[in-house]
Amino acid sequence: MRHLMSPLDFSTEELDKLFDLANDIEQNPQKYAHACDGRILATCFYEPSTRTRLSFESAMTRLGGRVIGFSDAASSSAAKGESVSDTIRIISCYSDICAMRHPKEGAPMVAAERAGIPVINAGDGGHQHPTQTLTDLLTIRSMKGKLDNFTIGLCGDLKFGRTVHSLINALVRYKNIRFIFISPEELKVPDYITDMLKERNIPYEEVIRLEDVMPHLDILYMTRVQKERFFNEEDYVRLKDFYILDTIKMTLAKKDMLVLHPLPRVNEISVEVDDDPRAAYFRQAQYGVYVRMALILTLLELA
Amino acid sequence: MLNVGKIEEGFVLDHIAAGKSLSIYEHLQLDKLDCTVAIIKNARSNKKGKKDILKVECDINTLDLDVLAFIDHNITVNVIKNGEIVEKKDLVLPRQIKNVIRCHNPRCITSIEQELPHIFYLADAEKEVYRCKYCEEKYTEMAK
Repeated sequence: MRHLMSPLDFSTEELDKLFDLANDIEQNPQKYAHACDGRILATCFYEPSTRTRLSFESAMTRLGGRVIGFSDAASSSAAKGESVSDTIRIISCYSDICAMRHPKEGAPMVAAERAGIPVINAGDGGHQHPTQTLTDLLTIRSMKGKLDNFTIGLCGDLKFGRTVHSLINALVRYKNIRFIFISPEELKVPDYITDMLKERNIPYEEVIRLEDVMPHLDILYMTRVQKERFFNEEDYVRLKDFYILDTIKMTLAKKDMLVLHPLPRVNEISVEVDDDPRAAYFRQAQYGVYVRMALILTLLELA
Repeated sequence: MLNVGKIEEGFVLDHIAAGKSLSIYEHLQLDKLDCTVAIIKNARSNKKGKKDILKVECDINTLDLDVLAFIDHNITVNVIKNGEIVEKKDLVLPRQIKNVIRCHNPRCITSIEQELPHIFYLADAEKEVYRCKYCEEKYTEMAK
């Protein structure tokens, strides 16, 4: 029995198989409409999440399975003081697979150690969010046709953004990837990431202005720059426009550049960019459902 | 200089950094053993100037010394039998340490679920980096 705790739990070969399956689901949804008949997914969400939880629920429903669960800790037995270990033992009796989100880091791993069913980490604090990374990789592979030989710009809050850290760790396993980190000084990518890139001789550069590097990018991964992350209001006002993607900045980009965003966006991508064919963030959300369908089938050994 | 007699069977832990012997006493849980223990603090050392020494008279199979490498790999472990040194043990960093150190990350699941063991794995042997099994937070010297 396998679980998914980190995007690195699967080898690149296993990921290729998973993505092939996701693409087949995309092309032939009817073929999989009853693949999980009679199976139950438990969504144990100890903190609110709209997109991830609904994406899992949509995935299981599209496979013909059913979903039970809770969407915040207050409506679960955790409010009465039950431990994750005890909850998962009970959930294992009620369902065939579990997706767990928890504000505490490592909680899904505790669940996986005690569970009698596969557990998927659906986000644990600032630690891991592997299905977001799988979504990002599937989107890139499906729309670019490859996961190697490109330059990716990661823009915004690179210090606290777990999706960014996970994506970098997943991409370094592929050949000839060049990273450009675009962020204010306060929100630079942590040293342990740049140290790892240096050790592996993977090229990267760090810049402050998005415009300066737009023409070089094959993929632009946007994240939100939150006001509260800045030390002072003055810096925020001075820098915030550097990290807002609009149609003017898009004119500097390659014709086939992809814009990705883990969503939700606030104002870091102007709505006018949504109509640009290079804006891939809503399709990315669709790929999130396909990859979760493929993951459920794989972990239930129904693929 | 103070003299502490020979032991018949047990361990002599030599070249402990001065002042660290009590922490080793605790980590090895020597307080739970019914045996003779000599703690020698600030002994003269040609190499370091000062050092601590621990002499433990016990069955040589009773102590798990793996954790010593984590605390200080410069410690020399002499295994004593019939009053003689029969082995000098090389300390190797343990791949995993359980319930010796605690995770101090307030966001870690171990911070709210008291019954969970505190397990650290060796993430980088060269840099002697241990990370919490659950949250992967690096264990720092400061928290030691």
